[in-house]
Amino acid sequence: MAEPMKIRAILKGDVADIRVLVAHPMETGQRKDASGAIVPTHFIQSMTVTHNGNTVYEGQWSQAISRNPVFAVRVKGAKVGDKVVVTWTDNKNDKRTDEATVAAG
Amino acid sequence: MLKLTASVGSLGALAAAGLLKSTPATAAVWNKAGFESKALGEALKALGASGAAESRDIVITAPDIAENGAVVPIEVVSRIPNTQSISILAEKNPFPLAATLEFANGAEPYAYVRIKMGQTSNLRVVVQAGGKFFTAAKEVKITIGGCG
Repeated sequence: MAEPMKIRAILKGDVADIRVLVAHPMETGQRKDASGAIVPTHFIQSMTVTHNGNTVYEGQWSQAISRNPVFAVRVKGAKVGDKVVVTWTDNKNDKRTDEATVAAG
Repeated sequence: MLKLTASVGSLGALAAAGLLKSTPATAAVWNKAGFESKALGEALKALGASGAAESRDIVITAPDIAENGAVVPIEVVSRIPNTQSISILAEKNPFPLAATLEFANGAEPYAYVRIKMGQTSNLRVVVQAGGKFFTAAKEVKITIGGCG
């Protein structure tokens, strides 16, 4: 199973700033390994964030997103204690879900 | 009193009573035509954005010069009302479309991602708002390309 994501959800006023660090190789399919063979594509295609069960962010990603992606989402009307759930699915149909709680800024 | 059995009829009754949490029917379908486009024009067409109007209300923050093309940080804020989505393209990448992000339920029209850029190129952002398309661009010079 993939490594957990690191999620920081900090409330600034009434906006939750959610920063996520994801462990994923995000292979473009253009890199060659030591033997000269092409490393096949392997990248997150779908990244979804929910806030208190409602979908706030649906990302369609390509192999152009950097390795070990860092991304952010901002949600207005959030409160301390709100639940944030982040889920990704990649082109090999691997999935990973992690969650966090909105903390005071 | 509602009897909680697993039949479709009961679920219908629960939904009608507003007791089921509403979620989107399906997740956004991955835009294969867009992500496999090899040229900017093709990618814009796949987004439905060929006629996008230039807008000064799309704020792109990205380095003027990026030492490492493998990790180019980009922040986008859309000041256009009713922004539904932000798409990010690197015009000269082998496959220009890098991401399409959709917002709902209180998410601000704000994006931060890190992308790979193969060479110096315009970063092009397309915003869909109120059913129409808007666009802006910023050039990023790349010292060492980051695609391979």
